[in-house]
Amino acid sequence: MKASAGASPADAPHVFTVKQRGAFRLHALDERALALGLEPGMPLADARARVPQLVDVPHDPEGEARLMARLADRAQRYTPMVEIDPPEGLVLDIEGCAHLFGGEALLAREASRFMTRQGLRVAHARADTPEAALALARFGKEETALYSLPLLALRTGPDVLLALRRAGFTCIGDLAGLPAAPLAARFGARLVDALDRLLGRRDSRIVPRRALPPIFAERRFAEPVARVETVMIVLGELLETVCETLLERHEGGRRFALRLFRSDGAVRDLAVETGAPVRDAATVLRLVQERVEALSDPLDPGFGFDHVRLAVPVTESLAAEQAGLMAGPDGSQELAALLDRLGARLGGQRFCRLAPQGSHVPERVTGFVAAAENAVAWEAPLPGEPPLRPLTLFDPPERIDVLAQVPDGPPRQFRWRGTAHRIVAQEGPERIAPEWWRRSGGHDANPGLTRDYYRVEDDEGRRFWLFRHGLYERETDMPAWYVHGLFA
Amino acid sequence: MPESSRLSPALKRALALSAPRVAETGPLCPLGAEAVDRVLGGGLARGACHEVFGRGEEGSASAMGFALMLAQRLMQDGPRTLLWLREEKVQRKGALSGPGLADLGLDPGRLVLGVVPDAKALLRASVDALRCRGGLGLVLLEMAGRAPLLDLTASRRMTLAAESSGVTLLLLRTGTASPAPSAARTRWDVGPAPSLRLEADAPGHPMLAVSLLRQRGGPAGFDWTLEWDRDAGLFRPAALPGARLPLSGGGPVPLADEGERWRLAG
Repeated sequence: MKASAGASPADAPHVFTVKQRGAFRLHALDERALALGLEPGMPLADARARVPQLVDVPHDPEGEARLMARLADRAQRYTPMVEIDPPEGLVLDIEGCAHLFGGEALLAREASRFMTRQGLRVAHARADTPEAALALARFGKEETALYSLPLLALRTGPDVLLALRRAGFTCIGDLAGLPAAPLAARFGARLVDALDRLLGRRDSRIVPRRALPPIFAERRFAEPVARVETVMIVLGELLETVCETLLERHEGGRRFALRLFRSDGAVRDLAVETGAPVRDAATVLRLVQERVEALSDPLDPGFGFDHVRLAVPVTESLAAEQAGLMAGPDGSQELAALLDRLGARLGGQRFCRLAPQGSHVPERVTGFVAAAENAVAWEAPLPGEPPLRPLTLFDPPERIDVLAQVPDGPPRQFRWRGTAHRIVAQEGPERIAPEWWRRSGGHDANPGLTRDYYRVEDDEGRRFWLFRHGLYERETDMPAWYVHGLFA
Repeated sequence: MPESSRLSPALKRALALSAPRVAETGPLCPLGAEAVDRVLGGGLARGACHEVFGRGEEGSASAMGFALMLAQRLMQDGPRTLLWLREEKVQRKGALSGPGLADLGLDPGRLVLGVVPDAKALLRASVDALRCRGGLGLVLLEMAGRAPLLDLTASRRMTLAAESSGVTLLLLRTGTASPAPSAARTRWDVGPAPSLRLEADAPGHPMLAVSLLRQRGGPAGFDWTLEWDRDAGLFRPAALPGARLPLSGGGPVPLADEGERWRLAG
């Protein structure tokens, strides 16, 4: 692990500390600290007393996990099968990938050089099972035989380890030749299991960090590609491949994820989503282009991309269709394609349908659902009634000066945005009580008060929706008036 | 004419393309009020661009209502999805209310609302939408204020897209917008008008003062007062002033002058 140096002297010993039962203890140490005889678990105060120049950094498990996740993502350039072995191990399943890098040894050297360039120190090992590789990387060297590794490499837990030491075992080789049954009887079946996995007697696999998307295509370049246009051409070819696979499976993609690996190790992710399953390469390519054009930070090729991967993580079944001479009767596909295109350029959340929210408070009645969703039914107005709700609602409602009968008569005249309006027709009040179960939320920083709504028309025919906020004397001394909306 | 015969065919074609023309469009859509339909030559053209201006800042709601009423007339047959494009700043000022739309007769579930960041994106999205064949019945483009980006070129581009796909474009200009040259087929100016009172002096059905400012290839400069009959889905000419009968109220209401104090509402 990397110790963050900050402004402290570079040659001071660094430790990570954790707080355990009210006291800070050492969690992880760098080499200088280890060389001074400090060890994990020691109280920080003791360590300070022995090494006054000690630099302590609070341990940040989340940050560490993030770093590991980022490293695992970057290691995906070698194989898609990467597992994080906490706290600091990465296991790469390079079965079938090594030849792309000229053999296992070359791949390992390249990977370790790559990680070193990120400012990390790497110990790596290759073995037949993940356990063996981890043990060799942590406790041995590439050339060391598994047999000479310490018992700690078995990772069996402190009690079994203690029992084994007491029984006089010191390394893996001591156990390797022994019959399994007596070992299991004395030290537990888990020891035998761990031993078998370590020595490759039992098949062992990793669980890759990210499940492989069922469909993907990728392209590696001999030379880094620095032009976005070229990447788009390659993407078109990848899309053709992917769409053929989709066609074979009778599926269409709902989400297309593009991952661009830059030659300096940075990874850029782009994704487009569609409202309906799609397997038309040209359509998806256009969506990606819209997305790229709309990026706030443009796609920076730097010294060039050396690897492009396209995956389809979300698919839905899409039956093969005969292309008709004319568009379908409802044309819903064209509409879905249009909304996808606009959504990819401007953001999908900008296009929505109105949906009723099951509330009687006017500003909460109208909710939004994604445009790709099916239309939601609204209650039809009663025949013969004039419009009872305004077309637009002000958010927040606008304060007005009103001439009205005290205490709770209808309004007669009001002044809004500097213009006086004389009311010639009005209907009301329609009393709308606040939702008592969410008292704290009313507008104007008030807890919700009862509102008396009036539909009014002024002498020029303008129709407004006004309300008096609060019941006179019961809720407020001086009820305020607001314009909440305008009628057509 | 000798002058025109000397023009090369290519130049003639270019002139024909650039000259304002009345394109052949689909069937006309009558609005319901006979006087209006007669002036319009039968009704409003589908697959064309129509501009609706609000009469001043306070006519915005009326203009919006009129555009929605036109939209319902235009979408009576064919695809019925309406795409409403507006700017973010407009949406922040006044949000659409679903029940309010339903009260005008438009099913809010049929409406797709697009809130775009700026005027440029608005125009671009609208051209894209107008090129969409099938699925979309109408594009309502709401622009607030002066809208300098909406020049003759932009409106011509949108009109061509609308003509080729058959999707109608309604340009709703709210705020203090002043008419500029455009390729729109008709241009309307809409303000509020006193409604016919219901019982108990309640404000009645939407009544609008509508002016036809301009009509390409047709007469213009007419003023009407129109009432929107939601239940029938059409405009009616306003009854004579002084009438106090609800138009769609059903049976006859006794014309009591003082006794009419109550109305059954809701």
